[in-house]
Amino acid sequence: MNLSRTLATTRRVLRQLRHDPRTIALLMIVPVVLLTLLRWVYDAHPSVFDNVGASLLGIFPMITMFLVTSIATLRERTSGTLERLLSMPLGKADLIVGYALAFGLLAVAQAGFATAVAIWGLGLEVTGSPWLLLVVALLDAVLGTALGLFVSAFAASEFQAVQFMPAFILPQLLLCGLLAPRDSMQPVLEAISNVLPMSYAVDAMNEVLRNTEVTADFFRDTGIVAGSAVLVLALGAATLRRRTA
Amino acid sequence: MMNKSAEPAVRARDLRVVRGGRPGRTAIDSLTFDLRPGQVTGLLGPSGCGKSTLMRAIAGTQARVSGTLDVLGHPAGSAPLRSRVGYVTQAPSVYADLTARQNLDYYAAVLDPSLSRADRAGRTARALADVDLDDHADRLTGSLSGGQRSRVSLAVALLGTPELLVLDEPTVGLDPVLRRDLWNLFHRLAGERGTTLLVSSHVMDEAERCDRLLLMRAGRMLADDTPEALRRRTGAATVEDAFLALVDAERDREAASAGTPAREPGTPAREPGNDPAAPGTPGTPDQDGTP
Repeated sequence: MNLSRTLATTRRVLRQLRHDPRTIALLMIVPVVLLTLLRWVYDAHPSVFDNVGASLLGIFPMITMFLVTSIATLRERTSGTLERLLSMPLGKADLIVGYALAFGLLAVAQAGFATAVAIWGLGLEVTGSPWLLLVVALLDAVLGTALGLFVSAFAASEFQAVQFMPAFILPQLLLCGLLAPRDSMQPVLEAISNVLPMSYAVDAMNEVLRNTEVTADFFRDTGIVAGSAVLVLALGAATLRRRTA
Repeated sequence: MMNKSAEPAVRARDLRVVRGGRPGRTAIDSLTFDLRPGQVTGLLGPSGCGKSTLMRAIAGTQARVSGTLDVLGHPAGSAPLRSRVGYVTQAPSVYADLTARQNLDYYAAVLDPSLSRADRAGRTARALADVDLDDHADRLTGSLSGGQRSRVSLAVALLGTPELLVLDEPTVGLDPVLRRDLWNLFHRLAGERGTTLLVSSHVMDEAERCDRLLLMRAGRMLADDTPEALRRRTGAATVEDAFLALVDAERDREAASAGTPAREPGTPAREPGNDPAAPGTPGTPDQDGTP
């Protein structure tokens, strides 16, 4: 891995995004609009909004970065730019970490804006530090990037890539504890939810929501999310091949 | 450079490539040839004959290659070659949502991360001038015409001053003036920078512009010669006619041997005198294949 090449990749991905202001606007505004909507949905139950809202602050970056990365890397694969890059002295880690950094930065901006609006605009009650919410959001975004990168290897077209979103993300969304506490689920489902990374992202958000201090559970949950991200990134790296049939 | 120039830039012995699923089909079969350094070699043949596969093999992006394939003295696709070989695919491999200059700036940073920002800008400007795109450097690549986009892709390959340039149909879809300019550029690169070029085309009139020609058909090498020698050998007026004469001769031979069992893939045997891969072939057919 070479730091200059990694940063050059990050710069390139960000430059591509800069030429696409509509995507940036959607990435920034959609989570805020949805959170606002949710605030009114739970108009009579502000405490439910606190719970669901905090979880969603962790889930949005994961979903958007999953979509953005899976399409972006699929484009790299189909346009021949990936083949060209891999025929050059670019390490696979340069490419992957470069992408993760670029989308991580984007996620910080997205989550920062959404968190600020949720806390100061919509009255979301967080016991812990809002900065910790941001840390979790960043890790979730990197996990989303990793998953997107990985599944793009199994998609032959953008149609297929988009279909991986419900296949990979929706089951996690159903089982992550957003709809019902995980320990109240049917035991098999609870066991499945125990191995899905989004469950820990939501748990970590709830730790921040309820505790003033940084708890041991928070460290465990964020560690699991970060570890999953690294593991999936490594799997993603294995799908990049210098030689293809 | 001086003592190296005698060595072939590409050395292929009994090269074979299998494509598609398993068991796959043999896209290239027992190719043996040398590519002379500092020359523009044309790779010609009908579409689907294996030109692109051969180029991908030389660039090191093709899987399931067997036999010997050395590029600049190293096995094709090995790490030291990655900054010394420029490869341009048929479809332009550039980012449509970046300007031409931003595309080149990124690839320049990948090729040589030690370059300063100013050095990168210098290389980028030179490559853009090489392909005559200075005027469109700051337009989004996606909004350029097809020919301009493929020139951006070509410019990327010129960035690092590669010793070997592998260009897959670089002039397809370009107008005659641009095509002439590009061929002049190819010869200038060979003459001034000592670059070895392998340029594929299915347009036979471009063959006349090459120092040397490789003619392929159905995954096999039909001829390896200068355009002039090809015309002389076949008594044809143009390379196109020479190619057709060679194809007809091959068909006649196939028809004559139709009664005998078909040649099995992997059997290197070919009728003597039929092997056009002239230089360096005698005494090497038993060479072991190294992947």
